[in-house]
Amino acid sequence: MKKILIVDDEPNIVMSLEYTFKKNNFEVFIARDGQEALDILNKQLPDVIILDVMMPMVDGFATLEEIKKDERLQHCKVIFLSAKNKEKDIEKGLSLGANLYVTKPFSIKKLVEQVQELIQ
Amino acid sequence: MSSIGLLLILALYVSILFYIAHWAEKRSNSKWTTNPYIYSFSLAVYCTAWTYYGSIGVAAQSGLSYLPIYLGPIIIIPTWMIILKRIIRISRVNKISSIADFISLRYGNSRFLGALVTLICVFGVLPYIALQLKSISDTFNIVTNTQSSSNTFSDTTTYVCIALALFASYYGTKYVDASEKRRGIVTAVAMESILKLVFFLIIGIYVTYFVFDGFDDIYAKAALLDSFDKKNTIGGLSEGINWFFLCVLSMFAIFLLPRQFHTAIVENNKETHIRTAIWLFPLYLLLFNIFVFPIAWGGNILFEGQGLNADTYSLLIPQFFNNNTLTVLVFLGGFSAAISMIIVSSISLSTMLSNNLLIPYGFVGSLENTSQEKNNKRILNSRKIAIFSLIILAYFIYRFFVLDYSLVSIGLVSFVVIAQLAPAFFGALFWKRGSKKGAITGIVLGFLVCFYTLLLPYAIGITSSSSAFLQKGPWAIELLKPFHLFGLDYLEPIQNAFFWSMLLNTMSYLAVSVSFKGNYRERNYAEMFVDIDKYITNHENAFVWKGTAYISDIKKVLQRFLGEDRTKRALKIFNLKYNIDKNITTADARFIKFAENLLTGHIGTASAKILISSVIKEDKISLPEVLRILEESKENIIINKKLTDTSNELKKISDQLKHANRELIKKDIQKDEFLDTVTHELRTPITAIRAATEILHDDDDELPNELRKQFLKSIISESDRLNRLIDKILDLEKFETGKHKIYLSKNNISKTIKNTIDSVIQLINNKNIAIIFNEASEEIKAFYDEERIIQVVHNLLSNAIKFCPTKDGEITITVTENNKDIAVLIHNNGKGIKVEEFEPIFDKFYQSRNQNVKKPVGSGLGLAICKQIIEHHKGNIWVESDHTNGATFIFTLPNYNTPEKQ
Repeated sequence: MKKILIVDDEPNIVMSLEYTFKKNNFEVFIARDGQEALDILNKQLPDVIILDVMMPMVDGFATLEEIKKDERLQHCKVIFLSAKNKEKDIEKGLSLGANLYVTKPFSIKKLVEQVQELIQ
Repeated sequence: MSSIGLLLILALYVSILFYIAHWAEKRSNSKWTTNPYIYSFSLAVYCTAWTYYGSIGVAAQSGLSYLPIYLGPIIIIPTWMIILKRIIRISRVNKISSIADFISLRYGNSRFLGALVTLICVFGVLPYIALQLKSISDTFNIVTNTQSSSNTFSDTTTYVCIALALFASYYGTKYVDASEKRRGIVTAVAMESILKLVFFLIIGIYVTYFVFDGFDDIYAKAALLDSFDKKNTIGGLSEGINWFFLCVLSMFAIFLLPRQFHTAIVENNKETHIRTAIWLFPLYLLLFNIFVFPIAWGGNILFEGQGLNADTYSLLIPQFFNNNTLTVLVFLGGFSAAISMIIVSSISLSTMLSNNLLIPYGFVGSLENTSQEKNNKRILNSRKIAIFSLIILAYFIYRFFVLDYSLVSIGLVSFVVIAQLAPAFFGALFWKRGSKKGAITGIVLGFLVCFYTLLLPYAIGITSSSSAFLQKGPWAIELLKPFHLFGLDYLEPIQNAFFWSMLLNTMSYLAVSVSFKGNYRERNYAEMFVDIDKYITNHENAFVWKGTAYISDIKKVLQRFLGEDRTKRALKIFNLKYNIDKNITTADARFIKFAENLLTGHIGTASAKILISSVIKEDKISLPEVLRILEESKENIIINKKLTDTSNELKKISDQLKHANRELIKKDIQKDEFLDTVTHELRTPITAIRAATEILHDDDDELPNELRKQFLKSIISESDRLNRLIDKILDLEKFETGKHKIYLSKNNISKTIKNTIDSVIQLINNKNIAIIFNEASEEIKAFYDEERIIQVVHNLLSNAIKFCPTKDGEITITVTENNKDIAVLIHNNGKGIKVEEFEPIFDKFYQSRNQNVKKPVGSGLGLAICKQIIEHHKGNIWVESDHTNGATFIFTLPNYNTPEKQ
């Protein structure tokens, strides 16, 4: 069973994601901000991380930078999921080493397909 | 005292002055030599031996008529602020070095007029210098108890005179450029002015308080003498008119005497020095006059009936009391007065002689083709010889003509002669129509009149009233009696000559000027002189000239007088000033004027024009054309000024625009950020709705009922959120554009707060938060828009609820009141707010410095709206917080309950 970490501060969005990925046989972990995510990552090694950018305390970009520093997490696929849809935000996200940058609002079905493609 | 002893003292005294001159020359730029006091004291060269001795003589013999000579200048000096400033400006830009230059330049570089003015000055001043020599000689004899020797070669005055001539010709001709400043001479003259005043005051105090017993004592004793009353009243209308004419005469003298022109104008360093001079110089004159009366009448009392020369009372009195020191001091003061006049006058006369007579009429041709050194040497030598011969000539005049006259009468003759320049001089300053022909006619006729009425009688020594020439007139024609011309019999000889010569002079100057227009050059300079303030910075522009000229030719002429280096430097400055390409070969009007100016100091205006004209080809210009060009140049100057004003205005506007633009850019960035955040904020609920809807749509069959309800609920709440957000954005926009109005009414603040708490009590209870409301002891009523304040309190409470920790949350609300305002404090015990966020959290959609980190509370608009509402109430809102103790949001409303506000 593949593991997925969802990092977002919007509970309703998280609810939809959690439901969908569970249905698609993922073990789902949830964090409400960057700091919580890093805490979970200390214990868990998920295959995919879905990261929001605008979050309280530690934002998505900073979280990814931390993840990239961690040897154990090199295999993790990272997908940004953000309402920040400007060219420069997307470029920044990808240049930090994310595998995908998906803008909100998004199609859940398509997101699941993209995740599965990534981990095959 | 022995002659040898006195000569030794004199030698010592002169060498000290010599040393001062030498010292000052070396420090020509130091504060000691260029200050306004030196300038003001140097003007006191006006007070010659005539003042020093002669006033006493007049006061003793004829009473009050010594006063006008000082009153005239004192009355006219306040106008210096305007007139003298103007003369100084004209002279500075045109490099004028004498009154002859001044007048001849104004009337179109007229060579003849320059020479005429020079001759008038020589006629006027030579007897005046002779008068100084006479006073030196007379007083020397008194101090040494000798008789003046009839043999020229055994007369000590001869040798004093030669020494003076040598000194003046050496020091007066240091510079070829006569418009250069001569610090040494000026400082020495100022020094002498101080000394002569001090010595005069000493003798005055001595006579008044030591010989006599104060002013009262002298008055009491003098009043007993014969004719005291008669001498000390003006004596009717005719005497009054005589007085008046003397005043006017000396007003003219203070402007026109070559030595005054020299010290006041040529040696002026800064226009601002005039400001000191206009009070210091009159004060000096007043001080000089305090003791004239006591000494004169003291002498009359002491020497009554002895027939002594009253001019010398100031020496005779101390001598009478055997006070040798004082006698010598007084003598030195008089000597100072005499030699400063002699030196300054002879320097200015020699400059005039060389620049306005010898060079233009004598060797201007021979100057054309020789080297600079040779030229300069010739110019300097001519001036040296001129100074030397002037003084020697004056000595002979003294020996042969003026031995018998009193100091004052000779002095006044000089004044009347010099006064002939007045119409042309003042006309030059104020009247554009004044022409060369008018000036020449006026001066010549005026001079002829005063020659006939004054110089002739004095020269042939027939001032005694018994002479038939004076009594009956020439060929017994009564109307032509020199002292009573045309039957005018109540004026004294001096006033008579002054009146008639001045009348004829002025009338003919005016009449001829009006009848015969001057040529275009005169008209050009008339414009430049009268409107000097307009042309001061670029007067070369005002010069009208047409023709062909080559810079290289003019340069050659300049080099012969200035040398190569100075010529080069001058050209460089000129090119820079008018922004002229140095490769241009033809000269324009500005360059010709500039070149003439450069030469003027060396050889005078007339010769400068002659020399420059010799290398250029000038076309005739008609007078109307000159006027047109002048009009254009005037317009250009005005347009220039307008352009400068406009460009300054534009610069100001452009600065304002730049500032506005920066503000706009800042606003634009803020607006972009705002839009960014708004779209982000809007997308978030849309995203949640879209995701939930997609699940409901796709998984409709397999979705457990429980979950379906949850998704539907989330759609509802996110839709509400979306709606609230839109409301808030519109709300804020309305506040910012002023569309929202505040409706003030009297409300009870505690009641408003309580109502608001009630509306959120559910949320508070859900989080188990303790709420404390500290009401004020009295009921506080205030004027506010209740709906809006509920909005504020609601927002602040909601934030406080969000901030409160999940355990032991506590919110405290406090209301306080003072004279000025009512304050509401809403405190929560959450984790607090950082100092750097105190202000920005009230910005709309405030984001931390890291743009990707979310704002800690609210939608990002709530606090911005609160701020707008409170500010519309003229209150304040801010936050206080420390990290241990949570945060307090405070807002204030103005208190209208205080008595004085009601």
